[in-house]
Amino acid sequence: MSGSVIPTARRLLASRLFLTLCLAATTIAILLLGALLVSIAIEGLGSLSWRFLDSFASRKAAQAGIKAPLLGSVWVCAICALIAVPMGIGTAIYLEEFAKRSRIKRLIQLNVSNLSGVPSIVYGILALAAFVRFFGMGSGDEPWTLGNPESFWYLQCPLGPSVLAGGFTLALVILPIMIIASQEALRAVPQSLRQGALALGSTRWQVVRLVTLPAAMPTIMTGAILAMSRAIGEAAPLLVIGGFLLVFQTPTNLMSDFTVLPLQIFNWAGRPQEDFHKLAAAAIIVQLVVLVAFNSIAIVIRQKLQRPLQS
Amino acid sequence: MTQPTTPEQPLGASRVELPRGESETAARAPSSPQTAISMRGLSSWYGSNQVLHALDLEIAAKQVCAFIGPSGCGKSTLLRWINRMNDTIPGARAAGMLSLHGLDLLDPTLDVVDLRRRVGMVFQKPNPFPKSIFDNVAFGPRLHRIYSPTDLEELVEQSLRASALWGEVKDRLDSSALGLSGGQQQRLCIARAIAVGPEVLLMDEPCSALDPRSTASIEELIRELRATYTIVIVTHNMQQASRVSDATAFFYEGKLIETGATDLLFTNPTNRQTEDYVTGRFG
Amino acid sequence: MTSFAARSAGEIAQRGRPHSPLRRRWSEKTIRAILFLLTLLTVVTTVAIITVLATETYGFFTLAGHPEISLWGFFTGEEWSPLLGAEPMFGVLPLVCGTLLVTAIAGVFALPIGLLTAVYLSEYAAPRTRTILKAALEILAGVPTVVYGFFALTFITPYLLQPLSSGFGAYNAMSAGIAVGIMILPIVCSLSEDALRAVPQSLRDGAYALGSTKFDVSAKVVVPAGLSGVIAAFLLALTRAIGETMIVALAAGGLAQMTANPAAQVQTMTAYMVQIFLGDAPAAGIEYKSSYAVAFTLFLITFALTWTGAIVLKRYREEYE
Repeated sequence: MSGSVIPTARRLLASRLFLTLCLAATTIAILLLGALLVSIAIEGLGSLSWRFLDSFASRKAAQAGIKAPLLGSVWVCAICALIAVPMGIGTAIYLEEFAKRSRIKRLIQLNVSNLSGVPSIVYGILALAAFVRFFGMGSGDEPWTLGNPESFWYLQCPLGPSVLAGGFTLALVILPIMIIASQEALRAVPQSLRQGALALGSTRWQVVRLVTLPAAMPTIMTGAILAMSRAIGEAAPLLVIGGFLLVFQTPTNLMSDFTVLPLQIFNWAGRPQEDFHKLAAAAIIVQLVVLVAFNSIAIVIRQKLQRPLQS
Repeated sequence: MTQPTTPEQPLGASRVELPRGESETAARAPSSPQTAISMRGLSSWYGSNQVLHALDLEIAAKQVCAFIGPSGCGKSTLLRWINRMNDTIPGARAAGMLSLHGLDLLDPTLDVVDLRRRVGMVFQKPNPFPKSIFDNVAFGPRLHRIYSPTDLEELVEQSLRASALWGEVKDRLDSSALGLSGGQQQRLCIARAIAVGPEVLLMDEPCSALDPRSTASIEELIRELRATYTIVIVTHNMQQASRVSDATAFFYEGKLIETGATDLLFTNPTNRQTEDYVTGRFG
Repeated sequence: MTSFAARSAGEIAQRGRPHSPLRRRWSEKTIRAILFLLTLLTVVTTVAIITVLATETYGFFTLAGHPEISLWGFFTGEEWSPLLGAEPMFGVLPLVCGTLLVTAIAGVFALPIGLLTAVYLSEYAAPRTRTILKAALEILAGVPTVVYGFFALTFITPYLLQPLSSGFGAYNAMSAGIAVGIMILPIVCSLSEDALRAVPQSLRDGAYALGSTKFDVSAKVVVPAGLSGVIAAFLLALTRAIGETMIVALAAGGLAQMTANPAAQVQTMTAYMVQIFLGDAPAAGIEYKSSYAVAFTLFLITFALTWTGAIVLKRYREEYE
C-alpha cells in the first residue's frame, strides 16, 4: 500500500471550515436584506402618512404624495395581468398539451427562453415602436379615435404613452415568465390523469379543461403572482415608452396618462435633495408592503390549495 | 426522424376487404357472433423498433381473455391498439388488420373519441381524478351525452354497484376520490369506465399496484363483469390469469406463441416456451 | 347482482342525448388554432424586436450629414460623447466596458455567495431553516430594482464604501455593482439550489459509504454533479445583470469612460438609454437614434448569453435515473 492517509482530524477541519464559509455567505445575504429594510424604514417611515398616499406630485417635498403613481400602478398592472396571464397559460397549454414533439416546437421553446432573457428596457423599445407609435403609421396626422374622450371606452390608435400601452408593455415583459411557469405547472400533472381522461373518450381540449388545467391551477396561480410582482416593480420599459410624466390626475380610461410607483421612486431618488430621498423611501415602503402582500397570497395558495394529485 | 423500411405498409394503408365507413349497425351483426375483436397480421412499431410481429388472434365476446408473457413482450402495446391509446405515443404505428365487431380499428380517420366510449380502459396504477367520487364516475358520461340530473345520479349509482363499491362510498359521494384506499380507487376507475356504457373493458395489469385483499376483490369483480362485457386483461400473474380468464394468449418477444382456453393452456400447453413460462421456468 | 347493475348502467348510459360529434370536432379545431396563434405571438415578438432594433440601427448608421458614424467606428471606438462637445463621438466600447465592469463586480460578489448559500440550503440547513431562508430569498427576488438603486445611492456608497476609501464619489461602479449583485443573488441561489437538489440521494449515499465527510460529499460529489445547472444559473444571473437598468441609472453615474477602476463613475448601455429616453433629445436627432444602436448591441450580447446557457444545459446535463 502506498500513499499516506490524510488525518481524519484534518478532513473534519476542512468540513468544519466549509460549513463556516457557507454560513458566512448565508449570513451576508441575510444581513444585506436586513440592512436594506432597516435603512429604508429609518429614512422613510417619517414621511409615511395618509396625506402622502392621497396627494399628487409636487415640487415641494412636504406636499408631495403618491396618489397618481399608486393608482397608475394599479391600472397598468391590472391590464398587464388580464393580458399576460391568459396568454401565458394558453401558450403553455399549446406547447405542453397539443404540440407534437418536433423541430418547430423546440424552436418555439428556445425562443421563449430567449425572450425571458431579453432586458426589460429592450421590451420598452419594442413597445414604444409598436404600441405608442404604431410603427409610425398615421404619424403627423390626427390619431384614429373611437368613442368620446370623456368615456371609459375611449380608444385611440396609436395608443400614445397611455395606461393601455403601459399594460401591454409590462405584459410583453412578463409573458415569457408566465409561459415558463405555466408549462412547469402543467408538466407536474401526472401523465396517468391525462391517460385516464383520454381513455374515457375525452378530446385533447377536454383533457386540458377538465383534468390538467384544474390540477395545475394552484401552481399556475402562484407563478402568475410571482410574475405580477415582477411587473409591479418594473420601471425601465415604462420609462422608455413615456419618460417620466408628472401626472396630476388618476387614470379615468384606457387612454389616460399615467406614472407608476417605481418611476416615481426613481424620480425622487435621483434628485439631490435629502427631503426627496425621504419621499422615495416612503414610496418604497408602500411598494414593499404591496409586494409582501402579493407574495403572502402566493404562499397561502401554495400551501392551502395544493391538494395531492396522486395518492 | 428516419423512416424505417417496413415490410408492411404503415397504418391505414393495408386493408382487408371491408367497406370503408361501414355503419355501426352493420358492424354489430358480425358474421361470427362469438368474435368481438379480431386481428390478422397485426404488426406494430415504436419508431424503427418492431414490437408486434404479424399477430392473428380472435377474442370472443362476453368472455375474459388474458394476455400473458414476460415484460416487453408487447402485450400492453397490443391492448393499447384496441382503444388506440397508442395514438398518444409519438412514433407508434401499426399495420395489418384489427377490428372490433367489424369496425376497422386501424383506420386513421376513425373517431377515436367514439371508439374509447365503446372500449373502456383500466390502468396499472389507479388514476382517479382529483375530484369527488361522484364527479369521477360522472366524468365519462358528461363527455359524451347530456343527462338529466336523475339519470346521471342513477347512472353513477349503478356503475358503482357494478364495481361493488356502492356500499362503501354511498354516504360520501362528494368527498375526494383520493381519500379512498388503493383497491377502492381501482374499483372506482372500473366504475368510471363502466359509466360510459362500453362493450369492451381493457385492463392493463389492474392489480399490480394492489395488496392481495384488494386484488381478490378486483378478480371477483372481473368474473362478475364477464356476463356483460368483453374483457381483455394483461397480467404478469399466472395464477391471476388462470383464476379470472376464459381464454389466454401467451406472447413472447412480440409474437403470439400460443392461444386457447385457459384451463387447456395452463394444464396442457402444446408449445415448449408456453410450458416453460406457465410453469415458472422463465419470465 | 353486479352484472345486473352493470347491464343497467349500460342501459342508463344510453338515455342521455349525445353531443354532436361534428361540433366537438370543430370546437377542438378552433381552440387548437387559437392556442397555436397565441404561441406564434412569442415568435412574432422576437421578430418584431429584431426588426425594430435593426431598422432603427440602420437609420442611425445611414443618417444624412453624419459621415463620422461607421459600423467599424461604432464597435471599436473608444470614446462615447454624443451629447457633449462640438463633435459627438460614437464609439460604443466605453458603454460596453461600463456594463462589463458593473456586471463583473456583481458576479464576483453574487456568484460565490449565491452558490455557497445554495450548498448550505441544499446540504446542511434543517428543513425549518430552509423554509425561512427560502422565503427571505423570495422577498429579495421580488424587490423592485429601483429599490436596490436607491439602496446603493443612500446606503452602500455613503455607509459602506466611502468610509473605506475617500476615492469613492457619490456615483461609482462599485456600489452599482454590489447592488446588482444583491439583485441577482436570489436568482443564483434558488436556481443553483434546484440544480443541487436534483442530484439523486443515491450519489450522496454512495459517497458517504466510501467514508466521505459532509464537505467531501458537497464539494466533490454534489456540486460537480449539478454543475451544468449551476453554470446555467450563473449565466442567467449575468444576463439579468447586463440588462439591469434602474440600479445603474441611479448609482453608477453618467460618464462614459473606459476604466477598470471600481471607484470611478461609469455609464452602462442601459443607463445611456435611460438618459436619452428620459431627456429631451429630439426624436429625429442623432443622439436619439444612437440609443437604438446601443440597444441592439445590448440585445445581441444578452441573446448570445441566453443561447450559451441553453446549450450548456442541454449538452452537459447529466441524466440520472
